[in-house]
Amino acid sequence: MTALLEIRDLQAEIDGRQILNGLTLTVNAGEIHAIMGPNGAGKSTLSYVLAGRPGYEITGGEVFFRGEDLLAMEPDERAAKGLFLAFQYPLEIPGVATLTFLRTALNAQRKKRGEAEMSSPDVLKRVRELAKELSIDAEMLRRPLNVGFSGGEKKRNETLQMALLEPKLCVLDETDSGLDIDALKVVATGVNQLRSQERGMIVITHYQRLLDYIVPDVVHVLSAGRIVRTGGRELALELEATGYARYQDEAA
Amino acid sequence: MNATLRPIKNKAELGLAELFAAAGQRLPGGPAIAKLRAIAFDRFAAAGLPHPRIEAWKYTDLRRLMAEAKPLAALPDAAARSRAADAGGLFAGLGFRRLVIIDGSFVPELSDLADMEAGLTIQAMASAFAADDLGQAARLSPAAEDSAAVSLNSALAADGVVVEIAPEARIERPIHLAFVTTTEAASFVKSLVVIGNGARATLVESHEGPDRCGYQVNSVLQMLVGDRGEVEHVKVIQEGDAALHVGTLLGHVGSQAILREYGLITGGAVVRNELTLRLAGERTTATLHGASLLAGRQHADTTLLVDHQAPHCESREVFKSVVDDEARAVFQGRITVRPDAQKTDGKMMARGLLLSDAAEFNCKPELEIFADDVQCGHGSTTGALDDELKFYLQARGIPEKQAEALLIQAFVGEVFESVAQDGVREALLAAMTAWLDGRG
Repeated sequence: MTALLEIRDLQAEIDGRQILNGLTLTVNAGEIHAIMGPNGAGKSTLSYVLAGRPGYEITGGEVFFRGEDLLAMEPDERAAKGLFLAFQYPLEIPGVATLTFLRTALNAQRKKRGEAEMSSPDVLKRVRELAKELSIDAEMLRRPLNVGFSGGEKKRNETLQMALLEPKLCVLDETDSGLDIDALKVVATGVNQLRSQERGMIVITHYQRLLDYIVPDVVHVLSAGRIVRTGGRELALELEATGYARYQDEAA
Repeated sequence: MNATLRPIKNKAELGLAELFAAAGQRLPGGPAIAKLRAIAFDRFAAAGLPHPRIEAWKYTDLRRLMAEAKPLAALPDAAARSRAADAGGLFAGLGFRRLVIIDGSFVPELSDLADMEAGLTIQAMASAFAADDLGQAARLSPAAEDSAAVSLNSALAADGVVVEIAPEARIERPIHLAFVTTTEAASFVKSLVVIGNGARATLVESHEGPDRCGYQVNSVLQMLVGDRGEVEHVKVIQEGDAALHVGTLLGHVGSQAILREYGLITGGAVVRNELTLRLAGERTTATLHGASLLAGRQHADTTLLVDHQAPHCESREVFKSVVDDEARAVFQGRITVRPDAQKTDGKMMARGLLLSDAAEFNCKPELEIFADDVQCGHGSTTGALDDELKFYLQARGIPEKQAEALLIQAFVGEVFESVAQDGVREALLAAMTAWLDGRG
C-alpha cells in the first residue's frame, strides 16, 4: 500500500540558513502523528515546506504525497490533492467575506479534481451545519475573513475550513497556541470528528496538553531539523516531565 | 487670465488650429456661439497643450502624449450607426434610458426617447447651439479659463446631450449616456445636465470604442445640481487600447444636496479624467469614489478638485488604482476650503496597488484651507499584493491568479459599495471582474 505521506531525508533552508537536516517520516492513512520539539527545531518550517510556502529552498530529499512528488506541485495543487495546513497564525483578509472565501476555495479544489462545482446555496447549507458544530456564529461568516476574530475564533475557523474541504492529510501547526482551555476543547472536538481510516494527521505542538484532547498514534521528537526519537503516546508524557533539553544537547 | 502668449509650435497644436479654422462653418450655432468658440480657441492657443510645467498636469504631458490632432469626426453614417448598435453593453438589460452619442453626435433614432417621465427633457446639444441664445451662453460655454481641455471643447464641440430635470421631479429610471467612437477621428462632445431644486436622478456614462484605433475623445459634462437635489453619477471609461480620452466634469452643487459620483477607468491608452466640483450651498454631501484598473502601457490620470465654498458641507473622496505591467496611474486630488466654508468636513484617501515592478502610481493629494474651523484630512498608500495573504489563499486550493483576483477585488471593493442602484453597482463589479479575467 502506498503511504499517504512519505518524507525521505528532507533538507530545506531559508535565507541561506539550513532548517531541516534530513527529516524522514512516513504517515499512513488513519494515523495521527504528533511532532513535538523545542522552539527552533523546524516544526513550522516542516509544515510550510509541505504546504509549499514560497521562500524555502529544498536542498535535498523527496516528499511523496499519495504516491506523487509533492514538492513539484503548486500550493493550490497540493490543497486540491488533499493536503491541508491549519495555520498557527491564520491571516486576516479585509474585504473578502468568510463565506465567499470558503465557497471559492471549495469550488477551486473541486474544479481542479474534475468534480462539479457546488452551488452557493449548497455551500451555504453545508457551512452552516459545520459552523453550528463548531459553535461558530453565522454572523461571523459574513464578516471579512478572520478580521477582528479572536484567537479562538480564528482557530475554529481553520477547523471549519478543514471540515468543509475534507482533506486527506491535515497538518495542524501549533493549533493550541493562543487558545484557552475551552476553545481548545471545541477545536479538538472538531478535529476528532475528522479522524477516519481514510485520513492522516500530523499534529505539531510544543506542549503535550493538546495531545490529551487529540490523542496520537505515534509521537516524534524533532530537534535541529531531524526526527531524533519516535515512540508511542507515553513519549509525549515523558517529554512533559523531562523537557527538551536532552534532545537539544544531542543535536548540538 | 494672464497666461503668457507663446507661439503654437508642435504638430498637434498646429493641427488643432487648422481644424478650428476649417471647421468654423460646419460647427453648429449662430454668431453668439461662434464668438464664444473663437474666444475659447484663442484661450487655448495662448497656452497651448498642457505639459508638466503646469502643476495640474505634472504627471500627464499631453503635448508629448498627443502626437497629432486627428481630423474632426464626421456625422455618423449608416455603417457607424450599425457598429454602435450595442453601445454601452455594460449597462444593457437593466432597463436604463439609453441615449446614444456616436463619434460625438447625439443619435436620437438609436436613443430611447419614448415614455418620457414628467419633468424630464432631453435634447441634442447641437439644437441648443443652433438656438444661439446668448442667455444660455454661460451654460453652453462654461468658463474654465485654466483648462486647455475645456477651452478646446468649447471651441470645437459640435454636439452632445442636454438633460434637464425639472424641480421636484424624481426620475427613478437611470439615464445612460452611451458614448461610442467608431472611427479614427477626434470628437469634441459637450453635455449639460441640470438637476432642478429637489429633483433626483441617476446618470451613467459609458465611453468606448474600437481597439488598435488611435481616436481622440474630448468630453465635457457640466452638471448643475439645485438645492436639495440628489444625483448619482457614474462614468465608466472603457475606450479602445490606442485611444486618447480627455474628460472633464464640471459640477456645481447647491445647498442640502446629495451627490454621489463614481468613476471606473479600465480602457484607453491615455486617459485624463478631471473632476471639478464646486459645493456652493450649505449642508451638501458629496461622495466621490473612483477606481483605475490599468495594464500594458496605459496611462490614466484622475485629477480632482473639490471646492468647498459654503459652510457645513461634507465630502468623501476614495480613489484606488490597480496598476499592472508598465502602466501608470496618476491621482491628483485637491480639497479647497474657502474662507466662508466653516465646519467643512472633507476626507480624501488615495491608494495604489502595484502588480508589477514596472508599474507606477503617482499621487498628489493637497489641502488648501482658508477657513479656521474645519475638519479635513487626506491619506495615501502604495503597495504590492501581500505574498502571505496570497499563500494563505493558495494553501486553501485557490490558484494564484484567482487568489490575486480576490485580493484585488478586496482592495477595490469599498469604492463601489455605496452605489445606491443595484444594477449600476453590479455592472461596475462586472467590469472589474472582466478586467481581472483579462489578466488570465
